[in-house]
Amino acid sequence: MKAMKDAPLKKKRYGKLVNPLDYTRKGWMQTLLGINFFFLYFPIVALVAFSFNDSKRNIVWKGFTFKYYIKAYNNEALHSSFMNSITVASISTVVSTLLGTMLGLALYRYRFPFKPAYEGFAHLPIMIPEICMGIAMLVFFSLINMPLSLFTITVSHIAFTIPFVAVVIRARMSGFDTSYEEVSYDLGASQWQTFWNVTFPYLRPGVVAGALLAFTLSIDDFVITFFTAGIGSTTLPIKIYSMLRFSVTPEVNAASTVLIVLTLTLTILAMTIQARANKR
Amino acid sequence: MNDNRAIISINNLTKTFGDVVVAVDNVTIDIIEGEFFALLGPSGCGKTTLLRMLAGFENPNEGRILIDGQDMVGIQPNRRPVNMVFQSYAVFPHMTVAENVGYGLKVDGVNMAEARPRITEALSLVQLDGYEDRMPDQLSGGQRQRVALARALIKKPKVLLLDEPLSALDAKLREQMQLELVRLQQSVGITFVIVTHDQDEALSMADRIAVMEDGRVRQLAPPSELYEFPNCRFVADFIGKTNLFKATTRGTEGSNVILEIKGLGEVAIPFKGQAENDISIAIRPEKVRLSGTEPSGDAIKISGKVIQVAYYGDESHILLENPTGVVITANVPNDSREAQGRIVEGDDMWISWSAADTLVLTE
Repeated sequence: MKAMKDAPLKKKRYGKLVNPLDYTRKGWMQTLLGINFFFLYFPIVALVAFSFNDSKRNIVWKGFTFKYYIKAYNNEALHSSFMNSITVASISTVVSTLLGTMLGLALYRYRFPFKPAYEGFAHLPIMIPEICMGIAMLVFFSLINMPLSLFTITVSHIAFTIPFVAVVIRARMSGFDTSYEEVSYDLGASQWQTFWNVTFPYLRPGVVAGALLAFTLSIDDFVITFFTAGIGSTTLPIKIYSMLRFSVTPEVNAASTVLIVLTLTLTILAMTIQARANKR
Repeated sequence: MNDNRAIISINNLTKTFGDVVVAVDNVTIDIIEGEFFALLGPSGCGKTTLLRMLAGFENPNEGRILIDGQDMVGIQPNRRPVNMVFQSYAVFPHMTVAENVGYGLKVDGVNMAEARPRITEALSLVQLDGYEDRMPDQLSGGQRQRVALARALIKKPKVLLLDEPLSALDAKLREQMQLELVRLQQSVGITFVIVTHDQDEALSMADRIAVMEDGRVRQLAPPSELYEFPNCRFVADFIGKTNLFKATTRGTEGSNVILEIKGLGEVAIPFKGQAENDISIAIRPEKVRLSGTEPSGDAIKISGKVIQVAYYGDESHILLENPTGVVITANVPNDSREAQGRIVEGDDMWISWSAADTLVLTE
């Protein structure tokens, strides 16, 4: 107030001047964003926090403990379902990365009859609802009389992760200068040498990012897995779901936290690899 | 040049894309061993397509290419005795300079011990001594181009193909690289075939130039012949600047042809060929003289008002318009500091030139 008195001129007050695209600097926008983030992430934060809660119930904070992690680790069924998830995700990642890379390369490079239609079909699994994909898989497996097992889960995961890998590969290749390959041929390299010496080194970040994407999609998939899983072939998300039906214990929280940390780490890894490659 | 032996023979080569685009139309060229050959033309004239057919990246629809006497039909780019420097240089970004330069040796299975000295040698050829371990993103555009050159030359090709090699460089560097390419070509003795749309580049570097338009070769000649004796309007107009006038044949008189030029009257010009009705004459703007009074003698002359003076530093281009509306350009050297400003817009002046310097173009 004193300062106001001292000011020789009465200045007209404008709001803080904000550039047209800097609207995130406006106060009301920041509040709105804060509320959004709160609703989005509070449940997850709570889930993680209560996994360390020294209580059987998820309501009152009683104290910090790791015992539910140990309990979850020693839970035979939970443990084996986790290993199942890892197995399924690993195998399906390897296969779908291989096939997806080839698909992405073929779609980038070649022109062939009905290519747009083929492209549409190839990318369909990204768009169709997972539940339809799951049911379709189930119907298909029963049609060919294939008993549901880890194998059927793996096959389904391969099927729905391939297009994701292909999209990443294509995006990577779109920045590729084909004269690199021409130079290589011109200097005497065969097509095979050219691919491994020139094309693949350029493609590698895309392959790694695609693989990590496929792995995270596979390891936390619930819907498709639910339809294609048989007796004794339970994966971690299915197991967590079945544990919930009895009661929500911190053990479930602990298992979920492990899953969150795993997928988050891999996603961040995939994004950094892609960002670093694009910077070049 | 070793007794004019053709290292590349292009015979009736035609390339079409789809049904409509004729990129290269029945081209026949012999490129002589050891020469610096330029394919010159505006963009879209088919020069790059022709070069890519020599390298093997495009297959001709008709005709043959012989390289060192060997028919190139069906021979893949990696089996041809030629190497190409690409417009974008395409220096492999994930390899060091040495790995880039040695790439052609590596894929041929040459061992490192043998490759090392050859890489060093190739790099010193392009004046990049000591750059072995740099990565391409640490190099300037000019240095990347030198890497691309060394990478192609290390294979000791029979012919080096260069696709617009200087277009990505700035003007000063381009001029310097022109001289350096000529020096390089002379020191390695390999035939160079360069594609360019820049006439200065072609004129200053090449031993012979093929000027192309719409897939055809319009004229194939050494630079000075191309400039002084163009065989058609297109070449006269494309190479350098020129004043072109339409003319009508009125008859012959000894070794001269009498032409009537609209707005200029009748002139007699030495001409050996068959003069037809559709004819043009051309005069280079630096071969005309500008004077304040009517020049004496039997030179071809035109008087009029100066309508524009364009100052270029070393010379000024002066546009003169005569009363019938004919516009002619004269290039006047600014041979002293006071030269600028001697001629201003609105001056009445004469432009004259000798009949011997006049070009008669029938096509």
